This record gives sequence, structure tokens and C-alpha cells, in this order.
Amino acid sequence: MPDNHKKLARGVSLVGAGMSKFGSFPEKSSRDLFIDAFQEMSKSVDKDFDPQRIEYVCIGNFSSDLFEGQSHIAPIMADAVGLVPRAAVRVEDACASSGVALRQGIMGIASGLYDVVLVGGVEMMTKLPTSQVTDTLAAAGDVLYEIPVGFTFPGFYAAMASAYFDRYGAAPEDLMQVALKNHANGALNDKAQFGVTIPDWMEKRKRSAEKKGRPVPEWKDEWDFLHDDRANPMIAWPLRLFDCSPITDGATAAMIVADDLAKEFTDYPLKIIGSGQASDYPMHDRDDLTSIGAAKLAAQEAYQMAGVTAKDIQLAEVHDCFTIAEVIASEDLGFFEPGTGYSQAEKGTTTRDGEIPINTSGGLKAKGHPVGASGIGQVVEIFKQLRGRAGERQIKGDLKLGLAHNVGATGQTCVVHIFQREE
Amino acid sequence: MSENDKPFTAYSFQQYLNQGQLKASQCVDCQKIYLPVRAICPDCGQSNMDWIELSGKGKLAAYTSVYIGPSFMNERGYGRDKPYLTGIVELEEGPRISARLLGLDPENPSKIKIGTPLVYSGIEIGDGDGNSIQLAFKAGE
Repeated sequence: MPDNHKKLARGVSLVGAGMSKFGSFPEKSSRDLFIDAFQEMSKSVDKDFDPQRIEYVCIGNFSSDLFEGQSHIAPIMADAVGLVPRAAVRVEDACASSGVALRQGIMGIASGLYDVVLVGGVEMMTKLPTSQVTDTLAAAGDVLYEIPVGFTFPGFYAAMASAYFDRYGAAPEDLMQVALKNHANGALNDKAQFGVTIPDWMEKRKRSAEKKGRPVPEWKDEWDFLHDDRANPMIAWPLRLFDCSPITDGATAAMIVADDLAKEFTDYPLKIIGSGQASDYPMHDRDDLTSIGAAKLAAQEAYQMAGVTAKDIQLAEVHDCFTIAEVIASEDLGFFEPGTGYSQAEKGTTTRDGEIPINTSGGLKAKGHPVGASGIGQVVEIFKQLRGRAGERQIKGDLKLGLAHNVGATGQTCVVHIFQREE
Repeated sequence: MSENDKPFTAYSFQQYLNQGQLKASQCVDCQKIYLPVRAICPDCGQSNMDWIELSGKGKLAAYTSVYIGPSFMNERGYGRDKPYLTGIVELEEGPRISARLLGLDPENPSKIKIGTPLVYSGIEIGDGDGNSIQLAFKAGE
């Protein structure tokens, strides 16, 4: 591994962040969604903000080529928000694309080449039928050795869950607790695609059946509902529908600037004090399938740069593309010992009023997962929470440190960022 | 071209599978065995590989039963009513590889045990001409 004790040559601050509504938008294109995200980001910058100060545009996107038949989207996004002729670049690292776009933007500022950078992410996934979405996402796996034997993305994480269950004795119900928690958070996020609690969802299904004159399902409670093969079908054992993040259209945007300029944009900037990134082998080449090595290394690099440890972090947005992924992330980031993460949602450790709230936004699970936009979607939540502007889902207390953990594919990429509120 | 002149590519690996042989690459300098095959040894950095035939024996390291599969599996009749098993096999010689799993019940995945002994078994998934063998292992010693 390269020396990861290095610091940024120049400090970088986050001064604005915003996102489009996440969901399914047949009447919109990806550029329309990016405009929505850009406008919300612009509004979040408190002081007079002239977009013309932006010098560089860095956009995360996994596969506009296959999802929309549109390649080379970075200049198109820059154009949509009035930023031609700035240099515009697309970053692709599967589902970690925009987390990595943020890191690229940070490097652009730290190098001295730029002072003000727009980073963002966009993905328009619902224009394709589900089977083609499955195939498109599979392209983030190894198409020579993994995909030909029938692996899918839910399948990869399901296989990790099988190894985790075998080693630590966890059960599908432990994963359902993660889904219950994240939907409870998502219900308080008006940007979420499935911003509804699972009990409310269940009631909605009952009312809908009643209205249509169909037999009303007799679920006793949410557990009954979650164990019902028809309401919550198996996707890849042990993962059911409610263990999986949805197929989503959405865009995100954030503005980062050199530290010494931050106060020109807002009185409440967040300093980006840690950034780490690593890669890993395809799953079969890893020694341990109950952990993601790249996440541990990215976290280690970010913690060292920031001069903090896992114990100092007060909230985290982690990459819960599947419920098992949140459990593994919470251990890889050092919040819990290996083999103990699975019980934390049930214990309340990771709920909004717990010791380390995880995915207060609803996570990818409830908020939605427009893959190339998700990394900066996490940053939007950290930005809101640390500045006390998360509305009904605001975590109580004096928040100073938040972390975002964004994974590409099965963990072949992981990028971690740590944000600190200035005094 | 002698057998050991085949380049260390996925194409060559598949050609061997089509002939009924499960082969890996082995670093001549440090003896490490690689599957998926590699042309460059990440351990010692050398490009001095040889093909070796594997015993085909291994054990189950991780698995899933897939109910919503990719298009090419759907076209073969798999899906919600007919799930299939896939997973990661740890071979006797050390390397791990992704493969289909046979001889175990895809409808009862919770009964399957990590560590179950497996042996190599290809599946013909083409037109029956032996030109597209899918890597698979079946339960058994």
C-alpha cells in the first residue's frame, strides 16, 4: 500500500450540497434531475453565490451509456447548469462514482489547480425494464468469471451474508431490522423514493387491496409482512425485496472550495478533514467474505488524515445497497467489533437517538439508489445534519463529525470521507 | 503450439473447460496458484506462469440461491419459480472461484452448509456442441 499518512497540500471545505427528489421520473432526463440538484445546492450556499465562480465540474455516473444511450455526459451536465466552457469530467467507479468524484474534486483543489469545484452525481435507471437494469448493474461485476456463473448484485451480497451468518450466527431477521430502521428514517425525508415506514407500507397494501376488492392480506404485524413470500419475495437467498435498495433516478450536487475561501460562501462551512480510497479483488479472490477490505483501508486512510478514530464519529451515512452491506460497513468502519454489527439496529445503537446514528437519510435502502449519484447523496445528509438543518430527522446534540462511506460494486472500490463542522 | 504455450487468458481457461479440464495458472518463481488465471503474479511481480490441472476438489465458501437472475439465466428457464445456486468454491489447491452449484437444493438454501465438500462438474449451456461449458461444482467428495 502507498503511504497513507499524507495530508492534503491545501485544505478543502464543503459549502453547499443538494439533491433532486429520488424516484422514478419518466418525464425527465438525467440533465433535468441534475438541474434540480444544482438548484438545491445553490440555495444551500448561504451568502451571495455566483455560479460563475465554479472552475471545474466533476460528475459521478455509472452507466448513462447503457441506461440512457448517452455517453460523455460530463460536458452535458456542465452545459445544463450554465458552466460551459469549464473543464468537465465523468468519474466511473460503479456505485462509488460520485464519492470518488468528490475525492477527485478535492484533489483538484488541494493541488492548487482550482479554488471552486462543483462535484455531483447522476443516474437515470428507470428507462430500462428491470431485467435490463439487472444486466446493466451486473456489468460492474467481473464479466469473465463472476457474471457467467449466474451472479447478480443481490446474489453477491447474499453470498457475503451466507458467510457472515455462518461465522457469526446472524439471521435474516437481523437484516430486516436494518430495513425497518432505514425506512423509519426515510419516512422523514421528503426526497426519499420510498419514504414510508414498513408498518405504514403494510397498511397501504391492505387499503389498496380493499379498494380494488381483492382479498385483504392478514398480516399480524410487520414481521408477518416481511416473512410473506408474496409481499416480500426472495431475490437472492437470504436477501428479500426489502433487503435491497431500489432502482432509482436521481442526481446530487455539492460545492467544495479551498478552505481560505469558504467564509466567502457561508458562515457554516464543513471542513473535509479526511479522504480515503482503496480497491479490492473480485469477491472470490478475497480471504474474508464477511468484511470489505477496501472499506477498512479507505477508512484507515481517512481517519489518519483526519486525526480522529471511529469513536469520534457522531453520525455516518454508509453504503446500504443491501441490508447486509450496512452491517458489514458498520464493522469495517470500526464502529463495532467484527460479528457484532448485525444486532445494533435492534439494540437501537444505530437509530437516530442511538450512540452512532447510521443512515438518518433513510440510506440507499429507503431514499433510493441512483447508483452514480448515491455517494454525494450521502454527503447531502451529512451537510444537513452537521449544520442542524435536517428537519424532523435532525439528530439531537452538538454534532461536529460525520462520515460518508461509499462502495463500488462488491467492494472493489470504497471511498470514505470525514466532515467536521467549524466552530 | 504446445499446451503450455496457451496465453494466460479467460479464453484459454474456457477452451480447457470445453475440453473437460479445470486448469489454473501457477507462478514458476513463487509456486502460487491462480484461478482466475493470471499472466502476472501479484505476489512476486514476475510473468513466469505455467498451466496446471487442478484436482477439481474443493469446499463451499459462500453461496446464494438466485430467484431474480440475469437475462441469460431467465432464457434457460430459471427465475422466481425455479431458482438456481451459485457461490464461491475454495479449491483444495488454495484458490477460490465463482461457480454454479449442483446437487444441492436451491429451494432450501438455509439447509446448505458452508464447508460442504464439492467436486468439479461443468454444465453445458450452449447448443450442446461442448463449446460453452459453465463452471460448476457438485456436492460430493
